[in-house]
Amino acid sequence: MTDIIALARQFIEAIPHAHALGMDLTDLGDGSATIRMPYSDRLIGDPVSRVVHGGAVSALMDTASGAAVMCHPAAPTSTATLDLRIDYMRAATPGQTITARAICYHVTRTVAFVRVTATDEDESVPVATGTGSFSIERSKEWAR
Amino acid sequence: MKRALPDPVHIVKSRRDGALAWLTSGIPYIGFLGIEFDRRGDELTAVLPFAPSNIGNPMIPALHGGVTAAFLEVTAIICLSWASLWEEIEAGQVDLGSLEPGSLPTLPKTINFTVDYLRAGLPRDAYARARIMRSGRRFASVQVEAWQDNVARPYALGLVHLLIPPAAGQPPP
Repeated sequence: MTDIIALARQFIEAIPHAHALGMDLTDLGDGSATIRMPYSDRLIGDPVSRVVHGGAVSALMDTASGAAVMCHPAAPTSTATLDLRIDYMRAATPGQTITARAICYHVTRTVAFVRVTATDEDESVPVATGTGSFSIERSKEWAR
Repeated sequence: MKRALPDPVHIVKSRRDGALAWLTSGIPYIGFLGIEFDRRGDELTAVLPFAPSNIGNPMIPALHGGVTAAFLEVTAIICLSWASLWEEIEAGQVDLGSLEPGSLPTLPKTINFTVDYLRAGLPRDAYARARIMRSGRRFASVQVEAWQDNVARPYALGLVHLLIPPAAGQPPP
């Protein structure tokens, strides 16, 4: 299990775009992942309200979902997004860190299914929720 | 009775290009991803030039799925705003003088967004075009298609539902 987590952490930390967005992997294990993204002026999508662009939230949720897939006990060796649907409940409050929590709740031989939620510092109402499916590559012993 | 002559072509073009720059240049996230817009008449093509920071899987290497999602969402929002401003732009009613936040148009808000990843995003430029399938009083539905080397082989498809901002001076419906 520790090896899976170490490998998954390595996979996530090697993502150039995750660095560009300032993402920080705070929790990982057993098919669930939590990633934080601090507020930055570069990510503003609406200069009037100074709210972070939905696209940056999507990128965070996609990364957290991929991380959840990678640390699933089925131990995928690689993953890629097949599809992702995101519902935006409300604007994230400007200045606050956004946190995405993803759970990989089922895997088949080829596909992993994920639910993901993004919140800011007010955790009572999510900023966005999403569901995704991911293609996975598995090690040989699982492929049989 | 004499009909008024149409505006000279350079005036028409500079008015349209000015309005496009006014709409897009005030949004920091568009600059962060490096997205540009090509214009042919009222048709917009969004361009995402390749940048190493847009990579998601350095082993393959492939573009980050989140970058592709963001690219599609930006394209949908800008194309919808552009279409709704078009009449005003043509009539010369858009005040391009100011890029102050207060004078920029209110952007539509994303309600939800579905993206299908058809192929891996290659480490090259990407292009996207949006088609407004419906634009009503409150809601709009916009399809977006993104491709790289071959326009006939899209690498991602998006469907975006957006909330249309109320017209200036109008209460929300």
